[in-house]
Amino acid sequence: MSIIINNDTKVIVQGITGSEGTFHSEQMLKYGTKIVAGVTPGKGGKVVLDDKIPVFNNMKEAKNSTNANASIIFVPPRFAGNAIIEAAEANIETIVCISEGIPIRDMIKAKKITDDRNITLIGPNCPGVITVDECKLGIMPGFIAKKGNIGVISKSGTLTYEAIDQLVKNGLGQTTALGIGGDPIIGTDMKKAIQLFENDNDTKGIVVIGEIGGTMEIDAAYWVKDHSTKPIVGFIAGKTAPPGRRMGHAGAIISGGDETADAKMKIMDNCGIHVCESPSEIGKKMNEIINI
Amino acid sequence: MKIHEYQAKSLLKKYNIPIQDGYVIENSCDIEKTINNVSNDFQTKDFVVKAQIHAGGRGKGGGVKYSEDVKSAIQNSENILGMNLITHQTGEQGKIVNKIFITEAFDIQKEYYVAITLDRTRNMDVFMVSTEGGVNIEEVANKTPEKIFKLWINPVDDLTDNEANKIGVNLGFKDKLLQESIQIFKNMYKCYKELDCSILEINPLITSTDSKIIALDAKMNFDNSALYRQKEIHGMQDLTEEDSTELEAKKFNLNYIKLEGNVGCMVNGAGLAMATMDIIKLSGGEPANFLDVGGAASAETIKNGFKIILKDKNVKAVLINIFGGIVRCDRVANGVVEAVNELGLVVPVVVRLEGTNADIAKEILSNSNVKIISASDLKDAAIKVVTEAIK
Repeated sequence: MSIIINNDTKVIVQGITGSEGTFHSEQMLKYGTKIVAGVTPGKGGKVVLDDKIPVFNNMKEAKNSTNANASIIFVPPRFAGNAIIEAAEANIETIVCISEGIPIRDMIKAKKITDDRNITLIGPNCPGVITVDECKLGIMPGFIAKKGNIGVISKSGTLTYEAIDQLVKNGLGQTTALGIGGDPIIGTDMKKAIQLFENDNDTKGIVVIGEIGGTMEIDAAYWVKDHSTKPIVGFIAGKTAPPGRRMGHAGAIISGGDETADAKMKIMDNCGIHVCESPSEIGKKMNEIINI
Repeated sequence: MKIHEYQAKSLLKKYNIPIQDGYVIENSCDIEKTINNVSNDFQTKDFVVKAQIHAGGRGKGGGVKYSEDVKSAIQNSENILGMNLITHQTGEQGKIVNKIFITEAFDIQKEYYVAITLDRTRNMDVFMVSTEGGVNIEEVANKTPEKIFKLWINPVDDLTDNEANKIGVNLGFKDKLLQESIQIFKNMYKCYKELDCSILEINPLITSTDSKIIALDAKMNFDNSALYRQKEIHGMQDLTEEDSTELEAKKFNLNYIKLEGNVGCMVNGAGLAMATMDIIKLSGGEPANFLDVGGAASAETIKNGFKIILKDKNVKAVLINIFGGIVRCDRVANGVVEAVNELGLVVPVVVRLEGTNADIAKEILSNSNVKIISASDLKDAAIKVVTEAIK
């Protein structure tokens, strides 16, 4: 078991002929991801990646011809909001959006449409999802992950890799790891991701990595307090970030009291999450509290 | 991106929102002439002189002065233009006032707070209004939250007459003023939406003793990701408000923010960059900067990153922390060697490389003639760099 994606996931790559799309499609195929089609407007009819993957002009054609259930988006940010909507209207169940820098106004609209249709949207501005040894729908280095029983949720890309690496070095593998994205508006938030892992029998422990800005870590923590049965290790990046400055991610800005790293860590701790003070203790902490 | 009050007001004016108007000047020799122009063009005998900097709390810091006649307006203008203005948002060092906005003055009957921003929890825009205008709204929110009225706007709709009416009624507007306020709220939302604002705040919005509704102040921030389609707004950016090193970093596609400490750091990924700053602090040091070299760190990027970090003379040691995914560590290692050979090793450099091709990278570093301190993991790296910085 795992969450969101597995061996049966059939994928369309939106923006497959761009340089990012091509490179990461190759990497995903190598990992074993079942890519069944690509979409680039105006390039329909081509067959790419060693003559294996057909390209369509739009999502509707691609979906009808392949019956894919997932898509991953690599299109430039100014077109990415519409790419999400196009995938949603083609009845894709799981959409992963990698693109960074989508205008907030475009995302408000895309988010409304995917929510109304009950679609699982991951991202944008994220490294994607990996279910170890089954399917990679993203840009993370697959080789660092090992099959196991820990679920990983993170707002950040490379900090996800750091957490996976520390888990592996402490003898702990993963079920699924997902980067939920660092933008102010994202599809699947932290609470939703924790709920998915809570319902997955193979996942025995969860790592959640948040950062300054917004309050989704707090909403997640209160849900955990009342509902979660699994041990959870948490970390919040940005303890040293100055207020009012945007720290790389569009969403990483402290504008209110509860948005600081200290405030979030305190609430998470009060809700029963095992909070690490230091980002180097994530793997060790999970090893201490989990019994597998 | 932020803009000045006078720029925000010029935008509100285009959207038919009544503003307290005036002219902006940068040069003290224009003071007298401009005051006379404001007097003639806006039919006013008294004035307000307002410092134009990107920070709140200007009034309390002495950067906004009511002037009862031309003489006092001249005096106030001379005092404010060029002053070092310190407010709770500028930090202790303050900001030099390069521009002042000389405006007409109104007799205020009542002040209101009106703003639109994104509510991240609900993924919707929210109108926030209060009858407690003209003061720090965070204080109102903390002490008397019941005095703030919120109205969420359906993302696919515009603000309806009915919703605008609700806002106006809530602020206690009646009859003619209520009708005027409805139009103002609808225009505000139109402006907010069409210009890709991340916040549009009018504090205070006033009623004058002669029964007019007027925006006395205005603050607008914009979504950086949408600037490509907001050319006019982008053109309003005041580069003198930005840190020069941060601007230079942007040219190299580096995301750099200067901080107060002495341990420089260069990291791939924003989250890991913040975590690296945090662990430097936990290890007893103070980070000198935030620097995310992004997903395509090449030899060139590393070199540019070094140059940017070393511009800050406080930096006593540098930590390079790269978790290679798409970024290949061997390329980063080559970049480090090249950069050190070209720029010289003026401060100790600690390097931690993990992930894709980390083994090859370590070999490159150990076979090179540059004196770099290798670290095995995040904690080891932080301890080593802090030790070097305090040596």
